[in-house]
Amino acid sequence: MILVYVDHDRGEIDPISLQAISAATALDPDVQAVIVGHGGKELAGEIAAYGATAIHAGHHVDLFDFTPRAHARAVHSLIEKNSPRAVLAGGTPRGNEVLSHVAALMDAPFASECVSIVLTGADRADIVRARWAGNMLEEAVVVAPVLIASVQAHSFTAVAAAAPLSLTEFEVPLSEGDVLVRVQDRVGSSAGGVGLAEAKVVVSGGRGMDGPDAFSMLEDIAGVLGGAVGCSRVVTSAGWRPHAEQVGQTGTKVAPDLYIACGISGATQHIAGCKSSKTLIAINTDAQAPIMGFADYVVVDNVHTFLPLLIEKLKAANQK
Amino acid sequence: MEIAVCIKRVPLLGSAIVLTPDGMAIDTSKLGFGLSPHEECAVEAAVQLVEANGGSVTLFSMGHVDGEEQIRDQLAIGADRAVLIDTNGVEPDPQAAASALAEAISTEDTTFDLVIMGSESADYGGSQTGIRVAHKLGLPVVTSVKGLKIEGGVATCERAVGSIREVYTVTLPAVITVRDGLNIPRYASVPGRMKARKKSVDIKQVTFDEPRITTKKFTIPDREAKGATSLGSGDEAAAALVDVLKQIGVLT
Amino acid sequence: MKGKYMSDLPSSAKAVIIGAGIVGNSVAFHLADLGWRDLVQVDKGPLPNPGGSTGHASNFIFPVDHGKEITQLTADSVRQYREMGVFTECGGIEVARTPERVQELHRRMASAKSYEIEDTEIITPARVKELVPFIDESIILGGFYTPSVGVVDSLRAGTIMREKAMALNALTVSANTEVLDIEVTNGRVSAVVTDKGTIKTETVVIACGCWSPKIAAMAGAHIPLTPAVHQMKDIGPVPEFADAKGDIEYPIIRDMDTNMYERQHGTGLEVGSYAHRPILHDVDEIPSNAEAALSPTEMPFTQKDFDLQDEHAYEIMPQIIGNETVGQKYAINGLLSLTPDGMPILGETPEVKGLWSAAAVWIKEGPGVGRMLAQWMVLGEPEIDLHQSNVARFYDHHKTRAHIRARTSEGFNKTYGIVHPAEQWASNRNVRLSPYYEREKELGAVFYEGVGWERPFWYESNAPLVEKFGDAVMPRTSEWEARWWSPIINAEHLQMRETAGLVDLSAFAMFDVTGPSALDVVQRAALRQMDVAVGKVVYTPVLKPQGGYQSDLTIMRLGENQFRVVTGGAHGMADLKWFRDLLPENGTASITDLTSAYSTIGVWGPNARKIMQKITSADMSHEGFPFGTSRVIEIGTQRVLASRISYVGDLGWELYIPIEQGLKLWDAVWEAGQEFGLIPVGIGVYGTTGRLEKGYRAYGAELDSEYTVLEAGMATKKVKDADFIGKAAHLLHREQPVAAVLCGLTVVDHTSSTGEKRYMLGGEPILTKDGKPITDAKGRRSFATSAGSGPSVGKHILMAYLPPEQAKEGTELLVEYMGEHYPVLVERVGIAGLFNPTNERIMS
Repeated sequence: MILVYVDHDRGEIDPISLQAISAATALDPDVQAVIVGHGGKELAGEIAAYGATAIHAGHHVDLFDFTPRAHARAVHSLIEKNSPRAVLAGGTPRGNEVLSHVAALMDAPFASECVSIVLTGADRADIVRARWAGNMLEEAVVVAPVLIASVQAHSFTAVAAAAPLSLTEFEVPLSEGDVLVRVQDRVGSSAGGVGLAEAKVVVSGGRGMDGPDAFSMLEDIAGVLGGAVGCSRVVTSAGWRPHAEQVGQTGTKVAPDLYIACGISGATQHIAGCKSSKTLIAINTDAQAPIMGFADYVVVDNVHTFLPLLIEKLKAANQK
Repeated sequence: MEIAVCIKRVPLLGSAIVLTPDGMAIDTSKLGFGLSPHEECAVEAAVQLVEANGGSVTLFSMGHVDGEEQIRDQLAIGADRAVLIDTNGVEPDPQAAASALAEAISTEDTTFDLVIMGSESADYGGSQTGIRVAHKLGLPVVTSVKGLKIEGGVATCERAVGSIREVYTVTLPAVITVRDGLNIPRYASVPGRMKARKKSVDIKQVTFDEPRITTKKFTIPDREAKGATSLGSGDEAAAALVDVLKQIGVLT
Repeated sequence: MKGKYMSDLPSSAKAVIIGAGIVGNSVAFHLADLGWRDLVQVDKGPLPNPGGSTGHASNFIFPVDHGKEITQLTADSVRQYREMGVFTECGGIEVARTPERVQELHRRMASAKSYEIEDTEIITPARVKELVPFIDESIILGGFYTPSVGVVDSLRAGTIMREKAMALNALTVSANTEVLDIEVTNGRVSAVVTDKGTIKTETVVIACGCWSPKIAAMAGAHIPLTPAVHQMKDIGPVPEFADAKGDIEYPIIRDMDTNMYERQHGTGLEVGSYAHRPILHDVDEIPSNAEAALSPTEMPFTQKDFDLQDEHAYEIMPQIIGNETVGQKYAINGLLSLTPDGMPILGETPEVKGLWSAAAVWIKEGPGVGRMLAQWMVLGEPEIDLHQSNVARFYDHHKTRAHIRARTSEGFNKTYGIVHPAEQWASNRNVRLSPYYEREKELGAVFYEGVGWERPFWYESNAPLVEKFGDAVMPRTSEWEARWWSPIINAEHLQMRETAGLVDLSAFAMFDVTGPSALDVVQRAALRQMDVAVGKVVYTPVLKPQGGYQSDLTIMRLGENQFRVVTGGAHGMADLKWFRDLLPENGTASITDLTSAYSTIGVWGPNARKIMQKITSADMSHEGFPFGTSRVIEIGTQRVLASRISYVGDLGWELYIPIEQGLKLWDAVWEAGQEFGLIPVGIGVYGTTGRLEKGYRAYGAELDSEYTVLEAGMATKKVKDADFIGKAAHLLHREQPVAAVLCGLTVVDHTSSTGEKRYMLGGEPILTKDGKPITDAKGRRSFATSAGSGPSVGKHILMAYLPPEQAKEGTELLVEYMGEHYPVLVERVGIAGLFNPTNERIMS
């Protein structure tokens, strides 16, 4: 049996968790899911649709929003009870955080950000995990009776595989220390409009924008396409744009339908954050910039002269 | 306020990674080194807290002894002293790393009010060392923090989840792992560097437990040669691009 | 499809230029400008910044240099940068922290005047502060201010030049194209193999900066340079520069005594250093564009090597450097190219025809080098004489990694150093030792190095002669002029003129031209008639196409079809290439390099004949062995080629002997000479005092391609019928009035303002009596091409080209030396020497 920790935010399921379920299904058809907190059990049907044979919904009077160590406690209690061969989660900050706590509670290894998992024995697994945010892969052997691993975002595809709904609710056994760190409040994004991580279209600028002024053109384009503005690390380091807009290994990782990279050369740090985009269009004066190797469409031109032309055409097209 | 900051020396990469012939390491012979951006923010945060509240910043780093240079860079921006745990060329797995760090932090004469780390290292990206250190030290831990305020012994931390920010509070002592974007790390000044040369860097030896995750080799993923379609340049390219946008359905 | 950036390479090209830095772009443009078409330029990096040294250069240009060649290349480059609109004049100040440096700054002033850099001045610390308010003027003693110092946009300049060549439909550019091999067929380039295809071509230019050695090696040629680190950092934002509008608004400071520079750069301050330990790399240690975090030549900064420099920068600019809010934004170990002798490496490689080097060039020389190289390739010679940069100058040992590393390590910290004109290298010595070396050591020889040879400059065993000749040795009290000098040189000179001297001339380069066409080859090279009787020795100019000097050398006709060319060591390999290039393709003449086969000694002085006659039965009388002839004589069991010529103004012979027999010959002459007062005489006499008294010209000092035979006063009465290189130009020169004439001048009064006697060392500007620089009709300044003692005439001698107006015996002029003016007198105009102008000492 494989246990999968499914993350959600007030009843909105984390898509990477579904990818984790599909990854688990490939290891063992017997996949069970654990979901914790307010609004969790209502998601059981959705989880079952991806092939989880049993869903354990943990609750506790002290649990409302995300409480990392309490979630770990829930996972841990199910491990002790059901002895899964492996525990998986999505390679998201929360998924990794919960599994880290689980691993720490058990003093067990935790293989984060896996792109491949093969169980090779009772306590051995061959894994491939992302290093450098996926720019390098590590082939490793994990020795543990219960493999704890997270799957790198977008390295597995969530595949619908309807299973009959089997929901069990349980009370998470909590101690005081488990709820010390918990979400106390939630504040909205300072920037209005579409959030970078969720945006279907991201229009990003890099060093080639030569300063903050030219970003108004990107805002125009994002406005027309209903997207968000992003940028490279150079841009935030220079103070041209807020850090919240940074796409990359240490910024936000995005997977929009369309990513337009303007004047971005494509350092590993940046590629790590945008390579999952469905369509990537790069605009750069240098036809051989690394970003061009990842792009589906390239425009070899200067952003300062090209973007005004594009905006004009976009606006014209939009009016029709 | 006594603050411990854990930092890790990593190579500064270009757009391609070159491995050693045996595939067991990155060939760093032509590369420089620095810190993960998360950790630069960690040091900056610690220095700002000490500037505001008094106290001192102690850096803990684990790795090659040559990492002293990157440690001095951080001493130059205002950290006070450092402990370098010499790994003798061995890369510990996260469990072993956390044990060694927790051991080093707890055996210092100083009792730390706060341990700040990066949310994950740039190279290993295990996303767990801070949490493991917290468990070893018996401290609460808040991770992936991008906003930090400390008042009356309580840290208020923000972290980004999608388009919203979650707020956590935690009473010190605690471990906090931070992300790039928490602040804009300052550059070291020349006087800072001159002072840094006189600050102490204690080098300690360590013996690691048997690894539970054993690296077999590294590989570089094949870049999917997408065979990009060139749209040309200028007016013609702008028109072609609009067509592409219609084709993929983002423009109707 | 021409004139395009493209990824499909043409299959053939008139020329392939490898490298798209400032040099490659400039070569491409100037080749196109001179009419070449079907050019292809490749670079393994992207455009416009392929990742070489151009991309991270500090881009400032100080026009003044002590060398004429570099100064001219820089001046030409500045002119081009200005025309392209990428030059921002900001001024520059070299500051002195020590009295010795103040003197050096006065030397800079002199060089500025000699090579026509206007408006430079020595300024006070207060004035420096006025110009650069953030300097601590209390630690400096003064500055050398050059208002015409400027900063260029070298990447933009490269793009402009590349695009101009493309606009001429002359150039195809292929970036991200790596050269994998250069194919050579019958000693000539035949193709360039790249990862995007092979280009057939007979001409390749290597403009690859620090990668050049690797590319040259693909063809079997050598470009002896090493990638080396120059550290720099950019700190900021500097509050003082908050309002800076432009890239640069303050003069650049060169803090010469700490080997550093500081320049405002926007809101930042850029601090660079040549003070750190030499950090050399091998080409294979440079990362690829993809691997590098910044660019391949912006290597990781090593702070430890800069620790001391931080403190030095703090001393001179405490207000900025000491500001704790000013952070280090950027710091690199930037790679540049260093050569063993500090000069660029230009021209066609001696190993492979059609393979041209344009390497080891700084931003300040880039466009000029491009223009000169294109002229060289298209027209056969560049208008600026480039003999010091000629890739053909190197001997084999110069090409070794160990030599390159030794000399560049030693030379690196001299970048801003006070380098004495006679300064010797300390590293990699004792490479070439003459057969007499041990004897010379026993005699207390003080060795100077010339192209690897250890050459006695003077002999301590002659020290007693200093007392004998007293003030006639013209003793020097000033440390600068006494450095790398000894009064013994002048004592040896005087003694040789009384008795005789034995001179080791092993450093000569020599080669035989042989075969049925040998006469044609030497005729074509030499200005003078070479169709002479066997046994004749001919001293002749060798001209370039435009009639300037390629060389001056002697050629002995040893047989109908055998000519031996003997030339100076320094220029020997370039001469060897010059002659080799003249060989007919049908193989009817060939050249054999004998440089390491024969050794030479000279015996000169009134007693030379007596000494020679004592050891040989050959007839050594004036009639029996006339001047200007050579023949094999027997000395004991040795057969020695003797040649009756003289470069010191006294009777005597050069003796050529197989190297392994040299010692026996030396001993024979030495022993025979004892009763005739023979002394060992060093190169100090041979190369300076002896020749200057006689007005003998030296290649590289008086003679180079920028001066004509007429100007040098070396024209023959008639011009030979046979054709020779430069003949047409030479004939034209004979019809025209000369713009300047080489003259012999003497210093009238050596006394400085402090009462000390000062002696010029060469390179000083010659001024009119009212202190104005002298410029001839071709725009060339008058300066001392050579300077040195004339002990036998009791005067300090300067040679200088003067316009006809001043070139009159008896004209009173001035020479500027270390900031002061000294009166000089024109004593000789043209070829005649000051000592024994009628030559009976030689000709009897």
